[in-house]
Amino acid sequence: MAFQILLNFVIAVTWMLLSSSMTAQTFIIGYLIGLLIIFIMRRYFRERFYLGWAWAAVKLALIFLRELTMSNITVLLIVLNPKMDIRPAFFAFPTDLQKDWEIMLLSNLITLTPGTLVVHVSDDQRTLYIHAIDVDDVDNEIQSIKHSFEKAIREVGQS
Amino acid sequence: MIVIANILVVLLISIGVIFTVVAVIGVLRLPDVYTRSHAATKSTTFGVLCTLSGVFLYFWLIEGDFNIKLLLGIVFLFITAPIGGHIMGRAAYISGVKPSELTVKDELEEVVKQAKKDRTSQKMKSDED
Repeated sequence: MAFQILLNFVIAVTWMLLSSSMTAQTFIIGYLIGLLIIFIMRRYFRERFYLGWAWAAVKLALIFLRELTMSNITVLLIVLNPKMDIRPAFFAFPTDLQKDWEIMLLSNLITLTPGTLVVHVSDDQRTLYIHAIDVDDVDNEIQSIKHSFEKAIREVGQS
Repeated sequence: MIVIANILVVLLISIGVIFTVVAVIGVLRLPDVYTRSHAATKSTTFGVLCTLSGVFLYFWLIEGDFNIKLLLGIVFLFITAPIGGHIMGRAAYISGVKPSELTVKDELEEVVKQAKKDRTSQKMKSDED
């Protein structure tokens, strides 16, 4: 991916030299031309086209913002409820993610959404121990994290 | 145009203030350190996100000053807040702070006990050597 971005920059600078104008406008045009060339040639790279990666990252950010808003409202309702009717729980979350940065990203995102907090990561990095503020059904909670965050992170991590 | 921008700014900052107030109420009301940390670290991050976005929009749309530092503030907050929350929760659990009686399930207890046992046996072994 880093190689593709570098190549794109080289193409943009070449375009600037060819059209002998050193403005930001020419650079953007050259960058778009480079993007087109790399898109056409994408079969010959070992990695996938890097805009696909960027798109996956944007999707992850949107999912995160949605979850952040939803769970903030849930915590708001819990706190303002006159009866303290909560069922906190520590549960184990088995993760399929392999790379260090993927696990770090997953646990950071889980901790950032209110209502769930990663308390401990097992030594083999296969299990995250999560504290949740109000759990109806542990399996349900695990499935929802797996379907939202883990899936999106796996898409970003794919090379 | 100015009216729409003003409404947006006021709305965002109000939401931010409401969430910060709720975080304070949460810290006072919730039963134990783990549930309190939910209120303290999370709702404040959302409150600060909304407030800073509101301030950013105010400077951008009304004063005409595109201040990227405010957005950087949000980014740094979102990098550091979860780490603080995680470390506080973990330190509290390992040093033996009991969760409240409301807690319905605790799958971590066994793991921490086992780890502590391993550690003490290791220590005894190294003391013998």
